[in-house]
Amino acid sequence: MGKKLNGKAVVKWLSENVIIVMIVLASIFVSTQNKNFLSINNIRNLLSNTAVRFIIACGVSGCLITKGTDLSAGRAAGLAACLSGILLQRADYSGRFYPNMPELPLIVVLLLVMLLMGAIGAANGAIISFLKVPPFIATLGTQTIIYGACLIYTGAIPIGGLRSDYTGLATGYLGTRMLSNVTIIAIVVGLIMWFLYNKTRYGKYMYAIGGNENAAEVAGINVNKSKIKIYMLAGLLYGLTGFVLCAKSGGCSVNTAQGWELEAIAGCTIGGVSVNGGVGRITGIIVGVLVFEVLKIVLQFLGVDSSYTYIAQGLVIIIAVALDLRKYLAKK
Amino acid sequence: MSEYRLEMKGVVKQFPGVKALDHAELRLRPGTVHALMGENGAGKSTLMKCMFGIYKMDEGEIIYEGKKVEIHDPMQALSMGIAMVHQELQPVPERSVAENIYIGRYPMKKLLGFIPVVDHEQMYKNTEELLKKVRMHFDPKQRLGDLSVSQMQSVEIAKAVSADCKVLILDEPTSSLTSNEVEALFRIIADLKAEGVSIVYISHKMDEILRISDEVTIMRDGRYIGTWDAKELTTDKIITQMVGRELTNLFPERHNEPGEVVFEVEDFTSINPRSFRNCTFNVRKGEILGVAGLVGAQRTELMEGLFGIRLHSRGTIKYKGKELKITRPRDAITQGIALLTEDRRATGIMGVLSVADNISIASLDQYLNMGIVINDKKIEQLVQDNVQKMSIKCPSSKTQIQSLSGGNMQKVLIGRWLANNPDVLILDEPTRGIDVGAKYEIYCIIEELARSGKSIIMISSEMNEIIGMSDRVMVMCDGRITGFIDGKDANQENIMTLATQFETAPSAAV
Repeated sequence: MGKKLNGKAVVKWLSENVIIVMIVLASIFVSTQNKNFLSINNIRNLLSNTAVRFIIACGVSGCLITKGTDLSAGRAAGLAACLSGILLQRADYSGRFYPNMPELPLIVVLLLVMLLMGAIGAANGAIISFLKVPPFIATLGTQTIIYGACLIYTGAIPIGGLRSDYTGLATGYLGTRMLSNVTIIAIVVGLIMWFLYNKTRYGKYMYAIGGNENAAEVAGINVNKSKIKIYMLAGLLYGLTGFVLCAKSGGCSVNTAQGWELEAIAGCTIGGVSVNGGVGRITGIIVGVLVFEVLKIVLQFLGVDSSYTYIAQGLVIIIAVALDLRKYLAKK
Repeated sequence: MSEYRLEMKGVVKQFPGVKALDHAELRLRPGTVHALMGENGAGKSTLMKCMFGIYKMDEGEIIYEGKKVEIHDPMQALSMGIAMVHQELQPVPERSVAENIYIGRYPMKKLLGFIPVVDHEQMYKNTEELLKKVRMHFDPKQRLGDLSVSQMQSVEIAKAVSADCKVLILDEPTSSLTSNEVEALFRIIADLKAEGVSIVYISHKMDEILRISDEVTIMRDGRYIGTWDAKELTTDKIITQMVGRELTNLFPERHNEPGEVVFEVEDFTSINPRSFRNCTFNVRKGEILGVAGLVGAQRTELMEGLFGIRLHSRGTIKYKGKELKITRPRDAITQGIALLTEDRRATGIMGVLSVADNISIASLDQYLNMGIVINDKKIEQLVQDNVQKMSIKCPSSKTQIQSLSGGNMQKVLIGRWLANNPDVLILDEPTRGIDVGAKYEIYCIIEELARSGKSIIMISSEMNEIIGMSDRVMVMCDGRITGFIDGKDANQENIMTLATQFETAPSAAV
């Protein structure tokens, strides 16, 4: 960087990245206490858990960067998971949802689910753009609607008996067992998103809207159209998340991916996506989501009751946003 | 007790990229009107915000009634007897006059002996007395939003008076007042002065200053220049001190030659009956058309209407005889119009984004490979071209634009529009809040653009700027165009006459 390292700069960096530093320190501590922490199995799990959450976080990140949010993310992924599961049950499974349905190719189901979620996302975007409902309220509404629809559709019955080619998608790996297919999919998504965010008008317009929506409109950006595209892309990614998640878990229910929008927002914020808009990078989101997953595993290895981990996670989310806002408050 | 009621010494205030105050000073005597003068951006309002506790000073001290004090927030300032009437009023239009005056410090009473509730009767009674004191006659229960701007201002002054203030700051109080209203304000000021209140009076209007002030402090570029007895001063003396150099080289020599009429606007009328209406004007190729008028003349609204930010109910816009259909900014941009907006921070810059992103955002279509991929090299080239052409001072193209000074931000925004090579440039207050040196550079850029054959429409509230830069001056008042003056004949008087043409008519309540 060419900048001189001085005490003040180090303190500033530490205070801005305190969560990441704490969690890295904690994980080093745990790894010295427990050899299993660094086992291939554990790392493989960590990576594929991170991978699924990274995909949903990528979707939410666009909404956050434009100063919005998407609280329907988790339920949308849940509905996508249920749909995928229902459409990809074994023909000989006794509890098959559609007993006489022919076997659909995986790709057809994937596209179908993604398109449906994309449509829901576009609806979110349209509600926010044209009806001027604040994103927080709009997506809180759709979150509840999606959950209701999912309950009605599935009858709240858990979905199991998935086809082996579908579950195999998640258990398979490329080259090394560390790199599960799920991780590979997330890497591909990350590359595409990086390209979109940094190299296309889509990304530039998104950052501009987050930076100053009024100025963006004056500069000739069709803000409404851009927002609809952003929420639609988010929806497509929730569809993919649900599809992968159901395969990975080997089944799902109406409560699958419940609350994941908060984890996604936390991952983004820890990774430097600002709730003040206009700021956020894909690489940051990877770090943010990874750190949040490490936190969960660290707590698990430390023997903390899973009920308590919720409290820890909630605190981390609040601290992350507080630290982010502090950067802007300090400038006044 | 010292001879001063309040002293500010060595005040320094740094904002990202600019030193707004650089050892500023101010000494107020009791029972005097003290004018604070300086160009836009000289730091007058900033200094007052430091006194009123809105900003925290980086250095310096305030001595109030002989004691060193620290003022942390406006509530504290008010309790000490320092009150401020802001440049932009900050009322709550949906609430009553009385509630606006007593907001945050309502008179209370105890219900059933222990439940604290607002004592409305007391509040209305007090308000009535206060309004009498500032020679205003309206119902304390009236909704504030129903008053005119000048009446709202009187309410603000009443509010300051109600705090039993010893120091009253009036920041450009007459900018939206008619001459009758100004007289009323001066009577209130005289009353307060007689009661021993120290009044800080910020204004650009020389005649007012020379008429009502006892002492004048002049600031330039955030620095203290000096304090004079008002009797010693003349308009010329004040201007020389404010500008700090000869007036002759305030504006560049002009070589642009207006050609044929290219841009025509006819009967342009807002959907809002109180905004711009029946506006008909034209601009020539290579001409600088200055647009003058008082605050509230709807100049900005008219330009935003032309650009598709505001809706219009009728009227046509033509360029070279061809009618333009504009319903949103994108339409205006693709048809060769650019609008540099009045408020850089609100509708110009995207603060957290880089200089490169800010300069390229309106013309991204030009830097695509295969119609999709943005070519960063071309954008870097665009930045470098502009940095060179306009001598923009920025560390790198990746610097966040919000860390630049006002002048450099403005140049980046001009660069943003020039990237589209527009035919008509609308510049709304292009030098507001920019320091003197950068102003001159902006004027040079404007002149050069006109010389290259672009049509320029320049709104300005600075009379000097209008007179010094325009080939033709268009004056607006109350949403209507009241006349055109040739640039060579324009002067303060004939512009003001047109700008106040409808002042006797009831001014439109905003």
